[in-house]
Amino acid sequence: MAIDFAEEVDHVAHLARLTLDWEEKVRMAEQLSKILETARRVQELDTTGIEPTAHVITLPAVLREDLTRPSLPLNRVLQNAPTRQKDFFRVPSITAVKQVEE
Amino acid sequence: MKMKYDTVIGLEIHLELQTHSKLFCGCSTTFGQEPNINCCPICLGLPGSLPVFNRRAIELAVSVALALNSAVQQKSRFDRKNYFYPDLPKGYQISQYDQPLARGGYLEIEFDEESRRINLERVHLEEEAGKLMHAGDSIFDSSYSLVDYNRAGIALLEIVTKPDIHSGREARLFLEDLRTLLLYTGASDCKMEEGSLRCDANISLRPVGSTALGTRVEVKNMNSFRAVEMALNYEVKRQEEILSADGHIIQETCHWDEEKKETIPLRGKEGSSDYRYFPEPDLLPLTLEASFIEKQSALLPELPRQRRVRFKEHYGLNGKEATLLTENRTLGDFFEAAANDYSDYRNLVKWIQGDLLYQLRESGKSVEQIEPGLLVELITLLNNGNITRPVAKELLAEMVLSGKSPHKLVQEKGLGRISGQEKLLPLVDRVIAENPEAVENYRRGKEKASAFLVGRVMALSGGRADPEELSKLIKGKIS
Amino acid sequence: MKLYEKTAADLGRLFQKKEVSAVEVVRSFLDRIEKVEPYLKAFITHTPAMALETANEIDNRRMSGEELHPLAGVPIAIKDNMCTEGLRTTCASRILENFIPPYDAAVVGALKRVGMPLLGKTNMDEFAMGSSTENSAFFTTRNPWDRERVPGGSSGGSAVVVSAGMAPLALGSDTGGSIRQPASFCGLIGLRPTYGRVSRYGLIAFASSLDQIGPFSLTALDGALLMNIIAGYDPLDSTSLPESVPDYPLGLEEDVKKLRIGIIRQNVSKDFDPEVTAAVMKLVSILEENGAEIDEVSLPLTDYGLGAYYLIAPAEASSNLGRYDGVRYGHNAGGDDIESMFSRTRGEGFGPEVKRRIMIGTYALSAGYFDAFYLQAMKVRTLIRRDYAIAFNRFDLLVGATTPTPAFKIGEKTDDPLQMYLSDICNITDALAGLPSLSVPSGLHSNGLPMGTQLTAPAFQEGLLFKVANFLEQKRDPLPRWPRVELPEGGLQ
Ligand SMILES: [Mg+2]
Ligand SMILES: [Zn+2]
Repeated sequence: MAIDFAEEVDHVAHLARLTLDWEEKVRMAEQLSKILETARRVQELDTTGIEPTAHVITLPAVLREDLTRPSLPLNRVLQNAPTRQKDFFRVPSITAVKQVEE
Repeated sequence: MKMKYDTVIGLEIHLELQTHSKLFCGCSTTFGQEPNINCCPICLGLPGSLPVFNRRAIELAVSVALALNSAVQQKSRFDRKNYFYPDLPKGYQISQYDQPLARGGYLEIEFDEESRRINLERVHLEEEAGKLMHAGDSIFDSSYSLVDYNRAGIALLEIVTKPDIHSGREARLFLEDLRTLLLYTGASDCKMEEGSLRCDANISLRPVGSTALGTRVEVKNMNSFRAVEMALNYEVKRQEEILSADGHIIQETCHWDEEKKETIPLRGKEGSSDYRYFPEPDLLPLTLEASFIEKQSALLPELPRQRRVRFKEHYGLNGKEATLLTENRTLGDFFEAAANDYSDYRNLVKWIQGDLLYQLRESGKSVEQIEPGLLVELITLLNNGNITRPVAKELLAEMVLSGKSPHKLVQEKGLGRISGQEKLLPLVDRVIAENPEAVENYRRGKEKASAFLVGRVMALSGGRADPEELSKLIKGKIS
Repeated sequence: MKLYEKTAADLGRLFQKKEVSAVEVVRSFLDRIEKVEPYLKAFITHTPAMALETANEIDNRRMSGEELHPLAGVPIAIKDNMCTEGLRTTCASRILENFIPPYDAAVVGALKRVGMPLLGKTNMDEFAMGSSTENSAFFTTRNPWDRERVPGGSSGGSAVVVSAGMAPLALGSDTGGSIRQPASFCGLIGLRPTYGRVSRYGLIAFASSLDQIGPFSLTALDGALLMNIIAGYDPLDSTSLPESVPDYPLGLEEDVKKLRIGIIRQNVSKDFDPEVTAAVMKLVSILEENGAEIDEVSLPLTDYGLGAYYLIAPAEASSNLGRYDGVRYGHNAGGDDIESMFSRTRGEGFGPEVKRRIMIGTYALSAGYFDAFYLQAMKVRTLIRRDYAIAFNRFDLLVGATTPTPAFKIGEKTDDPLQMYLSDICNITDALAGLPSLSVPSGLHSNGLPMGTQLTAPAFQEGLLFKVANFLEQKRDPLPRWPRVELPEGGLQ
């Protein structure tokens, strides 16, 4: 797996929003390299014309009726909130955020 | 020589579907409630919770797709779009990526008297995110934000156009026609101010004649159709200036600032995002039987465009009249119900577009609250000479306010037409006696003077006299 | 015989004959826990008061003549990745250390309806990622058969609890061996049901397309009784199957005549501990002597299965674990802006193995690598399913070793993730195919440790697995009820 791991690890850690210290990065680079080498064996198989399996179940999806059910009481919604303000969850500034999405 | 540019715009419309419960859970979708009260383990993304499809959301999505001539796929799939944002409870949005609910499609719009077809890329279903409230003045200088997940998980329909739009105005017209169509289907209330309809735009410029697409800028946060038009016009000018000065457009995402009337780039956007889409393992692929799709198709109402054509052909209306009556589904329904009992369609339209719409606006009522038969009754009273035109107008206002029948109102208020010499002559004599000057003027050949006299008599009669009959009477007396 | 030494079925019979109360039974297990738990550390959270309350309620109802489920009053422990309303559920992670779910997992609801007292939430590898329970953020659980050895994982705590007499039954979850491998290391019956057989609602996800909840038990009958309670369709889980649930204990006594059994060549490999393979063959010969037809079958994709598994499972995990962002629940490391809050929270909250898998999964799904890694792995999954389908044309049941070796030493594999991953080599391909698979004890190794034989059946054939396991239980040399290894202060003897 000839990936430039220092850079690759940084990039993937950023995508996954994981702060890793320097030691973790070094170890991670080494271990990921080995694991991916094994995982990469899947590429040895010829899968031309083979459909991927995302689900082992081949039944059609179940649809539920459009009925409302009681939501959680507010105190239960917020009971695990690490930081809250009034009845909201509170988060630090999103100014430096990379993307805004729908 | 100054370079000329073509504008290329693609729109992404997000639409909250009008279901009772959210897309994947039973929480209510009611708008404007106290924060975080329409939340459950599923829409909060609590560990261990799982999604289950809402049938109604799928029905509505299919009907919109069909109304947009988009090809509904019998097999479609849901994927996870992975990214981090505090309004996104699970760290991913359940959306559709490479197997959307419907592909292609188009919407015909009228642009400068011409019909234009705006092609669509796709229509797909996804889930809504929560709502962020920013401390401070704007998203740019807030020190913290507050999150409300009431909205999270509401069924959202995404409609993506091809880059077929060429100006801000065209974008606006498209959106207006799209809203009309969506309101017809009943799939959404399309309230931009409540966020149930939102629009993002991709815009790029390219030299006239060139086929390659220029670098595009994504514009978000436009809160009205007007804002869409303004933001896009602003971007056209901005990009034109940069390109004309040999500059480069940076591919970025901008916010439309409604106060400053300018687009402001969101800081820190580095290249394109990597959403790591993959099939949602918690939901099996959606399989729609042909019969399901046919049923939704059969349930579709007549759509504005078809109705417009039919109104022109069947009722002999002109384009403007037909447009007026089809822009709003309920107004068209009102017209058709009234036209059942009254065959002078053009006259009916005149009453609707003039006095009725005016009175509705004045009274704050909606057309659904008015019984179509009452308008027909009113016009018939006038046509039969039972009341005069001024009285008819007065009655219309009354009728809109109270919902009472014009017949009854005429009786109650004694507003029936006054006619016959024995009733009118005393009034005429009185006016002639009181206005010798006008009489003199008329005799000297001033035709207008007779109109003045007629007006005086009308005033005396409370509008109940017939102006034509009066005119004859007066002229006979003073000629 | 002390109460805590009895099987769940025995306890049920005692209840029915009103010879013993649920409170007595729960007390017996609580005493046992008090005695041995300090040396084994199988529980993250103990719930003695809750257990006694349920037991008391069951006793009252039984006294008043109410007809109750046979297992009403039989205590149970569950892996700490199943949500329990109002009761801390940690997934053995710092990031969920103080998480209190506001709802019950579907299986927890089912246990409550039956009236099974909950003794506690058991230790596991963090987010079920691991094969030794050493990846718990809190402590390592020890194998009662040899405290220097791992109990297996990730459901190590649940296996130890049953193996050491701290509960007659326990629930675990199996994504790629996490029930069967610890069952084999601890000398128990452990079943991974058909994917979709048991609701995943409330099971904290590791890899959604693979996760299944299943029972640990001393006997096939006990496992069958517990499956009766937890199996079935759940409208809250879109991947749960509407197939009707048979009465599993029924038909347990049938013989194995004419059963066509295939020995998976790759799962009795020459590279395995020879005693493990010999024990498998011993069980196979018992079946053969009793009329089963035996042949060999090759599943050559096993090696590739490991690769596919270590792409698919981490890919799903990387997404499933995206929700731990410090906003709504769980650890929050603070920060001046949202990005640093996210990254620090997750950097601090997740342990090394979880981070490793998130990294692998994120990588495998990321732009440029998706087709070569994730998509290819999903195609290999198709090939694996096809192989099983072909094998099941010829055979009713496939057998092999559950694990290549008996339990390994604590710390032995922690520095080499790949070696650790290889300990699940026999449990991964059938999981990828969504098939039911059960580990049955096949005897003791000369080093005194239990070994397991794995039986894999076509979808929905859990009944067959229990039947064969039951048959083997009767015919094979009996295993000692208790581990031979003596604890300080005579804990286990
Ligand atoms: Mg979208
Ligand atoms: Zn909800």
